[in-house]
Amino acid sequence: MVKCDILIIGGGLAGLSAALKIPQELDTIVISKVHPLRSHSGAAQGGLNAALANHPEGKHDSWELHAFDTIKGSDYLADQNAVELMCKEAIPTIYELEHLGAPFSRFPDGTIAQRPFGGGEFPRTCYAADRTGLVLLHTLYEQCIRRNVKFLDEWLVSKLVIKNNRCLGVIAIELASGKVVPIKAKAVIFATGGYGRVYLRTTNAYINQGSGIGIAYRAGIPLKDMEFVQFHPTSLHRTNILITEGARGEGGYLINKEGRRFMEDYAPHAMELAPRDIVARAIQKEIEEGRGINDEYVYLDLRHLGAEKIMKRLPGIREIALNFAGIDPIEAPIPIQPAQHYSMGGIDVNEKCETVVPGVYAAGECACVSVHGANRLGGNSLLETIVFGKIAGREASKYVREGYIDFKSDRELNESAKEIEEKIKVWMSRTSGTRAHELLNKLKAITTEKVGIFRNGKDLSYALETIRQLREDYKKAYLGSPNLKFSQELINIIEFELMLDLAEIITLGALNRTETRGSHYRRDFKERNDKEWLKHTIVIYTDKGPKISYKEVIITKYKPAKREY
Amino acid sequence: MKYIFKIFRFDPEKDKEPYFQEYEYDFLPSISILEALITIRDEVDSSLSFRYSCRGAVCGSCGMIINGNPDLACRVKLETLYPDEIVIEPLANFEILKDLIVDMGPFWKAYREIRPYLHTKNKPPEKEHRISEKAMEKIYPFVNCILCACCYSACPVVSKDENYLGPAALAKLYRFVKDPRDHRPYSFLKRINTQEGAWGCHTIFKCVEACPKEVRPVDGIEGLRRKLIIEKIKRLLRFRK
Repeated sequence: MVKCDILIIGGGLAGLSAALKIPQELDTIVISKVHPLRSHSGAAQGGLNAALANHPEGKHDSWELHAFDTIKGSDYLADQNAVELMCKEAIPTIYELEHLGAPFSRFPDGTIAQRPFGGGEFPRTCYAADRTGLVLLHTLYEQCIRRNVKFLDEWLVSKLVIKNNRCLGVIAIELASGKVVPIKAKAVIFATGGYGRVYLRTTNAYINQGSGIGIAYRAGIPLKDMEFVQFHPTSLHRTNILITEGARGEGGYLINKEGRRFMEDYAPHAMELAPRDIVARAIQKEIEEGRGINDEYVYLDLRHLGAEKIMKRLPGIREIALNFAGIDPIEAPIPIQPAQHYSMGGIDVNEKCETVVPGVYAAGECACVSVHGANRLGGNSLLETIVFGKIAGREASKYVREGYIDFKSDRELNESAKEIEEKIKVWMSRTSGTRAHELLNKLKAITTEKVGIFRNGKDLSYALETIRQLREDYKKAYLGSPNLKFSQELINIIEFELMLDLAEIITLGALNRTETRGSHYRRDFKERNDKEWLKHTIVIYTDKGPKISYKEVIITKYKPAKREY
Repeated sequence: MKYIFKIFRFDPEKDKEPYFQEYEYDFLPSISILEALITIRDEVDSSLSFRYSCRGAVCGSCGMIINGNPDLACRVKLETLYPDEIVIEPLANFEILKDLIVDMGPFWKAYREIRPYLHTKNKPPEKEHRISEKAMEKIYPFVNCILCACCYSACPVVSKDENYLGPAALAKLYRFVKDPRDHRPYSFLKRINTQEGAWGCHTIFKCVEACPKEVRPVDGIEGLRRKLIIEKIKRLLRFRK
C-alpha cells in the first residue's frame, strides 16, 4: 500500500499548480495516467486572461471588467463571487508565472503582450506565441523538479474510497505492470481535466476520457452543470486539432463557401470575436444550410495577416496546418469545423475547491466552481487551472494540518482493491461478448449527433435510451488480451463505464433544462428562461441512476441581462 | 488501400528476444501512423502497447522509429511513406519495457541534471521582468522543444556513452542560459563542462534531422560551448588580477 498526506490526481496545470502550493513537509504525490508533460494542458494555445492593462487599447482595463465579461460570457450562470476571485487573482498569478520562468511574448516596452480574445471588451489575453499551454506546463513542471515533488507517472486511478463522508484514499493501477494498488491519502485533489473523448469530434487528447469526474461521481460526490459542453468554433477539419481563438484574435476571418464573412449575420459588432457558443453555432448553421464547403467545413482565412505576423504570432498554427492538412495558412485558408472542446460542468466545488466530502478537492476543468457558467470565454481556462489549482493545494494542506483526524482505513482500501481485481478477472475470464472500444465508438457517434451544438427533446431522449442500452451491452464486456502490462484495453474497459455515466448525466441535464443558455441550445426552447432556469444542475449517483436537483446561482452585483455582441 | 505493418514486439518477461509481427490492414492513405496503430490494436491485436496522448504533435508521447526515422507517429501520414510496407520500432538508445514503450528514465535523469528551471539572482520585481521580445526570440526555438526524445534516439554519442546528457537536455539548458532573467552561477554549468556534457557532441546533426519541432539542439550545444569558453576567459582574467 502506498501512503501519503495529499494525493493529487492529474499532472496538468491544475495538478502541478496545486503541488507547488503544498508545504514541502507534507508528503505529497502527483499521480498521473501519463507523464505530466504529456498532459492535455500542453495543447492549449491562445493564452490566459488578466487585466494587466499592458495593451495600448486596454489602458482602462480592470479586474472588474474582466469579471463582467466572464459573467456575461457565462450567460449569467457563473457564480459571481468565484468569478470576482478568479479575475482579481489573475493579475498577481500572471506575474508569478513570469517570475517562475514562463516565456511570455512581449510588447515593445518589455511588458507581457496581450491580444484580443472572444467576448473580452479589451485585449487582455497574455500569451506565449500560440504555445501558451505548453510553456506553462513546462514552467510548472520545472518548478516541481526544483522542489523534488514526487510523481507516480503512468498510473490510472480507478476508484475513490470514501467512508462515513471521509476520504480514505484511492485505488490505482500501475500501468507498467497492471497491478492494482491501494493508496492511502489524507486528502485527494482531483485535477483530471475534461471528458472530450466522450464525443467523436473533439479537440481533446486521446487521454481525456473524463474518468476522474466519473470516479468522484461514483463515490457519491455531486456533479454540477454537466449539460454545458463547449464546442470550439475552429478545429481543423477531420482531425479536429485545435486552431486557437488567437488566430481570430490576431485578425483572422471566418468565411463561407460564398467567400463572405458570415459572422456579420450573427454578431455584427464582435464579428469573429463573439464568444465561442455563438461562433460555433454560426459555423454549424452555415454548414447545415449549405454554405459550408463540401457540407463539412468553413474557412478560417489568415492570409491578409501576412507572412511575418503568422510566423511570429501563430507559428504553431502554421505547423499544424502544414503537418495535418497540408496547407500553408500564408497562402491558403484553413478548413475548420466546430468540435467539442471543454467542459463547463464538473465536480461540484465551492470557491475553496471543496467538495461535499472533507478532504476531497477538485480544480481545473474537472471541477465546476462555477466560473464559466453556461459558456467559458477563451483565455479563462488556463487561468482557472492555475488560480484554483493553487487554492486547492493551499486548502488541502490546511485540512491535513488542522482538520484531519486519523483512523484505520487499510481494511476498506484493501477490500476496494480486491473488488477491482475481481472485476478484471471477470473481464479476463470471458472469451466473447462486447469490447470497450466498439461500445465507445457507438457512444461517441450518439453524443456528437444527438447531444451536440443544437439539441432538442426528441434527440436527447433517443440518446438517453441508447446510452442505457450501451450500459446493458457493457455488462458483457471482455478483455481480448490477457497481458495487462501497458494495456490500453484495460484502461478503456475501466474508463468506459465512467464515460457512460458522464454521457448519461450530460444528456439528462440537457433534456431537463428546457431553455437555451450559453452552450446549451435547445431548438425546441430557444429562449433563456431566468425565471425557471437561472440555477445550477446538480446530479448525484444512486443505485437506481442519477438523481437531479438544483442549486441557486450566486449573484453579487451583475444583474442578468440580455446577451448581445 | 492495403498496408503491411511490421511492428517490433517484445515483452521482456515473456519473450526471449524481440521479434517483428506483421499486420495487414486496409487504411485510408491520409491517416496517421498513430491512427493506424490504434486501429490495429483495437481491431486486430489488443496486446500491442505504445504511448500516445494529444495526436497533434505537441505532447511528445508517440516518438518511435518509422521506416528507420525517429518521428512522432501522430504527424506521419501513411501516404508519405514508400513503399506500402511500414516498419515500426521503438525509439533507439533506450531499454524496452514492452513493444514500442521504452524506459525514458535516463532521458529524464539527464533533464533533471541540467537543473531545468529559471534561476534568478534577485528578488523578482513587483510586476513582470521588463525584457525585449528580441532577447526572448533567441530562446523561442528551444522553448518549442516538447521533450519527445526523438533526438536522443538519433544521437550517435548517446548510443556509445550512456552518461552523455544528450541533445534535448543540453538544448533545454541553453534555453535557460540565454534567458535574460536567468543568472545561474558557473557551478551550475560544471556538469556540462565535460565530455559527457556540452563537449561530447560530435556535431553530426542527427538531432537536428530527427527533431519534429525544428529545435536544432546542436545550435544550443554550440551556444553552451561558447558560454563555457567565455566563462573560462572571465575566470582567467579574474585570476590574473
